[in-house]
Amino acid sequence: MASIGKIARRTFLFGAVAVAGGAAFGAWYVTRPAPNPLKPAEGEASLNAFVLIDAEGVTLVAPRAEMGQGTMTTWAALIAEEMDLAWEDVRVIHGPPAQAYYNSALMGEGQTHKGYDASSFQHSLGEVMGLMGKVFSMQVTGGSTAMKDGYERMRVTGAATREMLKTAAAQRLGVGLDELRTENGAVIAPDGTAIPYSDLAAEAAEVEPPKVELRERSDWKLLGTSLPRKDVPGKSTGTAQFGIDTRLPGMRYAAVRMAPTRGGMTSFDAFEASRMPGVEKVVDLGDGLAVIATNTWLAQQAVDAIPVEWGPSPYPETTEDMTRAIDAAFDAEPNSTLRDDGDVDKLPSGAQRIKAEYRVPFLAHATMEPMNATAWFDGTHLRIWCGNQGPTFLRDACAAEAGIAPEEVEVNVTLMGGGFGRRGEFDYAVIATRVAKAMPGTPVNVTWSREEDMTHDFYRPAAAARITGAVADGKALTFDARVSSPSIAEQALDRWVGFAPGGPDKGIVDGIYNQPYGIPNYRVTGHKAEITPPLGFWRSVGASFNGFFHESFMDELAHAAEADPLQFRLDLTRDEWLPAYYVLEAVRDMSGWTGQTENGVGRGIAMVYSFGTPCAMVIEVRDVDGMIRLTNAWIAADPGVALDPSIIEAQLTGAMVYGLSAAMGEEITFAGGVAEQKNFPDYDPLRMPQMPAVEVRILENQDRLNGVGEVGTPPAAPALANALFDLTGKRVRELPLNKAFEFYV
Amino acid sequence: MATTLTVNGTAQEVDLPENVPLLWALRDALNLTGTKFGCGVSACGACTVHIDGEAVRSCQIPIGDVWGEVTTIEGLGTPDALHSLQQAWIDHQVAQCGYCQSGQIMQAAALLAETPNPNDDDIDAAMQGNLCRCGTYPRIRAAIKSAAEGA
Repeated sequence: MASIGKIARRTFLFGAVAVAGGAAFGAWYVTRPAPNPLKPAEGEASLNAFVLIDAEGVTLVAPRAEMGQGTMTTWAALIAEEMDLAWEDVRVIHGPPAQAYYNSALMGEGQTHKGYDASSFQHSLGEVMGLMGKVFSMQVTGGSTAMKDGYERMRVTGAATREMLKTAAAQRLGVGLDELRTENGAVIAPDGTAIPYSDLAAEAAEVEPPKVELRERSDWKLLGTSLPRKDVPGKSTGTAQFGIDTRLPGMRYAAVRMAPTRGGMTSFDAFEASRMPGVEKVVDLGDGLAVIATNTWLAQQAVDAIPVEWGPSPYPETTEDMTRAIDAAFDAEPNSTLRDDGDVDKLPSGAQRIKAEYRVPFLAHATMEPMNATAWFDGTHLRIWCGNQGPTFLRDACAAEAGIAPEEVEVNVTLMGGGFGRRGEFDYAVIATRVAKAMPGTPVNVTWSREEDMTHDFYRPAAAARITGAVADGKALTFDARVSSPSIAEQALDRWVGFAPGGPDKGIVDGIYNQPYGIPNYRVTGHKAEITPPLGFWRSVGASFNGFFHESFMDELAHAAEADPLQFRLDLTRDEWLPAYYVLEAVRDMSGWTGQTENGVGRGIAMVYSFGTPCAMVIEVRDVDGMIRLTNAWIAADPGVALDPSIIEAQLTGAMVYGLSAAMGEEITFAGGVAEQKNFPDYDPLRMPQMPAVEVRILENQDRLNGVGEVGTPPAAPALANALFDLTGKRVRELPLNKAFEFYV
Repeated sequence: MATTLTVNGTAQEVDLPENVPLLWALRDALNLTGTKFGCGVSACGACTVHIDGEAVRSCQIPIGDVWGEVTTIEGLGTPDALHSLQQAWIDHQVAQCGYCQSGQIMQAAALLAETPNPNDDDIDAAMQGNLCRCGTYPRIRAAIKSAAEGA
């Protein structure tokens, strides 16, 4: 099999395609096929950018980062389905960073219609905007877009590859195409002889890709079933290679300490550290320090021993100052008004008006594998090994750091021990490049301590919401929400492509302006808080806080209306969008919801539409000797097409856990411009004894395929908070909830 | 400064100061990278290995203090000769990102050695020190139970 190293090396020998950001490109550029970055060696054939065949069989390229969400498995299955490959024979690699691997779905997500109500025109417009992903070589894993992006493209790729192989066989045998079929990685001749694809690859590579028709769903053999994941055996035997596991000849290990204020370094004294055991070099990184040693721990001891003075943070120093800025933004002109139905200012006669204010804190990603990258710079070429969600951006940033052209950089994307958005950044690879520059010719594995990881995150921003509503006759009449938060997109896009578009930031209000409830007077305005602590995409992004705001207030409206909170939502979705109604109905039936709970038991419901998918959740809590224990959770989601039920079930469950962890006990606070939480004892995620029993149902009532990886996170916090209200009568409007309740540990 | 460690049945010399934690001798000196670094303060369980069959956090044990034979995930079973727990982990498709799973499996192996048929409370008590950010806990629980039944 062609190793990624081999492929990438050849790529860089032959020159990859570099695309500058920011310029306008004509239609010719967008429609021209992106060059195939795979450069097959002798004995290999690459039929397109996603299929590589050699004597040993077929290797498929799944150029989306595998961070646990199962993307490499399902992406490969899309191609394998149409190619008629035997699943056990399929090998999958990530491949090099390349324009050909752009994400065609991500940019389309920028549209500000509500999503569930998108017309065909808006859907097509999304596809056109998606092509801009190609212009920017936007090879990004994020926004729950991988399957949306690959669903059609990869099946077409697989079908075209199959037809090329059949054409090669037809030419060789002198028979018609219609006399051939394909099965288990081979073309079957009229006499029943199986010609393996590996025999036909070289001839097939000369065949022009034909137009193809995709198979009907009823003919699928792989898609729609729960396949054994390609990454699971390695992850069960300790043999899976994460970035941190990179081992190269003559490699050294480094630890770093960067300015936790992001304010630079004013002085340091490395005299003692440079004499500590195993230390080979102390490197001044400008805004921090690295120690290169023979062992990661020795490097860590030395770098921690260096007295350093940091410069002041360029953003407010304390959480209180940032909270003030978030509150102040409510008084400024709105940044967006993405929903404005009816007239929220008019109070219908007989209606009861209610008001509430909600708050959520900053959050860290806290991936299990701390940030790390291995860099090897020989003065001309740079080689990088690390997990990341945006390898083209990472490549260009590391090239700039090394002072070389992007085509001189080889990026090896490894498995990653969690991403959740954190590995969409590339700071850790740029730092590793800077460290490697100090020791040319030697590969250096640069691993961050947990403390470094926690204090140098790009945080999920704090946010606040002020909502007023009105109910009458058991129904919601008005929902008027104002949300204030700093902009993530403004920072992240600037880091990725060097500029940030102005205008309304959908991220501030995503998950609250676009909910499929038929409330007649419905307005949502976004307010951009002008503070710039380091911010980043955190699983489900804006919906991670807006889901809490919206669904907590929906509960308050239901109680004010003296309605059952689940029936209240069913009534509001039925005429607005049925897929949302059906997921609510599903959790009602699964949980046996009656609206009544026995003493000592509380249940809460929430439903959030995000990434194109409605997800409803019921959480049950119990009072256990004065402590609160989560006992059950029921989840129903509708991604349109369930490509791999086992993976979807795992994602919905895991995303809920990610949301519950944050809701129950996670919070980042700042003092002196530095994050105060340093390690898991200060930032403790949900653990095994706290885990509720979970039941998941996957529905397929909506027309188009939509996202899965993030949609379980937004409803988790409100479902829990609503359950706690049901149990205790106490409405808590601020996260984390452990400030108000004691959870079972 | 060489220290002799017996790891997965083989005695090996490690040329590191005696205060270096076992985790970093395994990973950086012996290239046994299946054992993971997560927190460095015994709070996540990713570095769990066995010393004489007991599950320990290798980030907290200096190599000078290692009192017995060390078993890592690589010594528990191999892709060609899986331990029953590794087989159960594959059957239940437990792993998502997979980073914590070596530690989870080593912790579970020590549990089953002591309590061959653990109930939910036993599993909670044994596994509470092993964090999983992906939330694979239900499948971990199911895999432990099925490995216990198969034993």
